Amino acid sequence: MMEGTVVKVGMADLNVAAGGAALKTTGLGSCVGLTLFDPKQLVAGMAHIMLPSSDIAREGQLNLAKYADTAIPELLKQVLRLGADRRRLVAKLAGGAQMFAFSSGASDSLRIGPRNVESAKLALESLDIPVVAEDTGGNYGRTIEFDSRSGVLSIRSVQYGVKEI
Amino acid sequence: MKLFRHNPDFKMDVLREVGNIGAGHAATALSRLLDKPIDMAVPTVSFVPFESIADRAGGPEEVVVAIFLRVDGDAPGNMFFLMSRPQARRLLQGLAGFEASGEDAYSELELSALCEIGNILAGSYLTSLADLTGLSMSPTVPSIAVDMAGAILTYGLLQFGTMGDDALLIDTTFLKGEEEAEGQFFFIPDPESFERMFLSLGVPLE
Repeated sequence: MMEGTVVKVGMADLNVAAGGAALKTTGLGSCVGLTLFDPKQLVAGMAHIMLPSSDIAREGQLNLAKYADTAIPELLKQVLRLGADRRRLVAKLAGGAQMFAFSSGASDSLRIGPRNVESAKLALESLDIPVVAEDTGGNYGRTIEFDSRSGVLSIRSVQYGVKEI
Repeated sequence: MKLFRHNPDFKMDVLREVGNIGAGHAATALSRLLDKPIDMAVPTVSFVPFESIADRAGGPEEVVVAIFLRVDGDAPGNMFFLMSRPQARRLLQGLAGFEASGEDAYSELELSALCEIGNILAGSYLTSLADLTGLSMSPTVPSIAVDMAGAILTYGLLQFGTMGDDALLIDTTFLKGEEEAEGQFFFIPDPESFERMFLSLGVPLE
């Protein structure tokens, strides 16, 4: 992987990059985009998480990247394999919005964004990985791109343009 | 999905007809509101991978105007009425003679008008399905968002999310005249709703 390369991460998907390549995922709504980064080895990983917990999974073959509690350990495993040092890893989070506002009787599934964020933070905490920056919540969609050279996460939204964390 | 292992083509045909009837009534309602003929394309019914559902609405980053409502009752599900920004603008002008303000910004009144249109259309879609199946299907209060299609459509996928990586989508495009699209209806029944719909319509499950 080289500088200038953009590695795409789909919905309920995860991927890793190194050596200056970028990781990108588009159209995060209630989903959470999470990145892990080792600033010395320049190894990065990104997951596009859709649901908070694999406890509710009814699928035969579990897609680990879909759930916060399974995606983060799997992403950790993959960045370590690429040469990251666990003690240096830092995390950034974006997404977890609530796109639609409901006056009353909103079912729990509509609060899915905030729940995804909570669950992702819990999983990171249990693995002792600090969250160094986040841009979560709100009611708007985000497209994010992580630069594995600078460690900058740029976040684009329709209303607010581009923001870097 | 297990339910579709037997006789999948027939079951898909039934769902296409369900979409046809529902969207047909919605198109009639829209045509009355605008006092213009509104036609519709034959609905497409298919299992769509999560990753590519937004491609049906122009791509994950395409900005769309979306009215979303949850369907409650015997056969719950999610429903979206999607428009591009020019389509929404045309609808507002055609309906209430709203002058085009900014191309991108919508006033509270405009959003509320669009939401109400979505409400009326979804109501006629669901009423006709409820009549057809004898199942209770009632819309919740609709909500509107103007944002990236990818971010919006995820809300329709959550119920399928725990089961796999694709969702069954009934997709109908509204047309004005021969080919100009005026909006799109997405109906995504919850996975457990299909069995109930098939039973009530006398479709053999096995």
